Amino acid sequence: MRRDIFQAIADPTRRAIIALIALQPMTPNALAEHFDTTRQAVSKHLRILTECELVTQDQKGREIFYSLEIEKMKEIDKWLEQYRKIWETRYSQLDDLLAKIKKQEKEK
Amino acid sequence: MKMDFIVDKQTKTVSITKEFAFELSLVWDAYTKQEFLDQWWAPKPLTSRTKVMDFRVGGRRFYAMVSPDGQERWGLQKYTSITPKTNFKLFNTFADENENPELPGSDWDLNFSEQDGTTKVSISIYNESLERLEKMVEMGFKEGTMSQLNNLDDLLAKLSREKESE
Repeated sequence: MRRDIFQAIADPTRRAIIALIALQPMTPNALAEHFDTTRQAVSKHLRILTECELVTQDQKGREIFYSLEIEKMKEIDKWLEQYRKIWETRYSQLDDLLAKIKKQEKEK
Repeated sequence: MKMDFIVDKQTKTVSITKEFAFELSLVWDAYTKQEFLDQWWAPKPLTSRTKVMDFRVGGRRFYAMVSPDGQERWGLQKYTSITPKTNFKLFNTFADENENPELPGSDWDLNFSEQDGTTKVSISIYNESLERLEKMVEMGFKEGTMSQLNNLDDLLAKLSREKESE
């Protein structure tokens, strides 16, 4: 099942992880140091982010580094931006319609 | 007149506020009467075609968004509460052509008020899953002009500010 990307970023710890790995790729151990949670909890968050394709893994020796898929992050804002545009178009059409109805009322 | 569009990803709520230079009764009709809705609801180049509309509590609007090549995407809005010329609420879902809803849906709360001849409409849309937005956008707006992307730096700055304030 595909994960809901918005659910992924709704969690504060996951947002913090995103902010950290946006700066540089990090290992789960290095990430865990920033939080009051266990390494297991951080790994679980990373798994969710991986399933959402928000992060990618890179094996270096015995360590796995996680980095942010910047393009995927941009997608989120792109969707929201398009949703906003839908409403802008819709409302500019409504403005026109209201003006038209008003004009017709006056002409009666 | 101006429109505000605010997304709160944490509460999964989208708020859209718009002011109109017209009296409330006219604006109310535009939102609640089929013949008006079909004239503005679908963003061009789509058109809106309402098959059934029964504006009362428990009633519904079953409509299609039709693309220029004739493809239909059905939507269902069930009215859950109505206070005339003040507020109405609905439950919004996509649907198949036989009116079977595709869950999850979203809860809409629409508020109307008038001051000095200006009517303000505030809509708040709560999504069980904001993935619906993605779906919504995918359903025919791909051809639309891609807007300028928000700068990633801004996004990250925002994320880190939110982190600090938690």
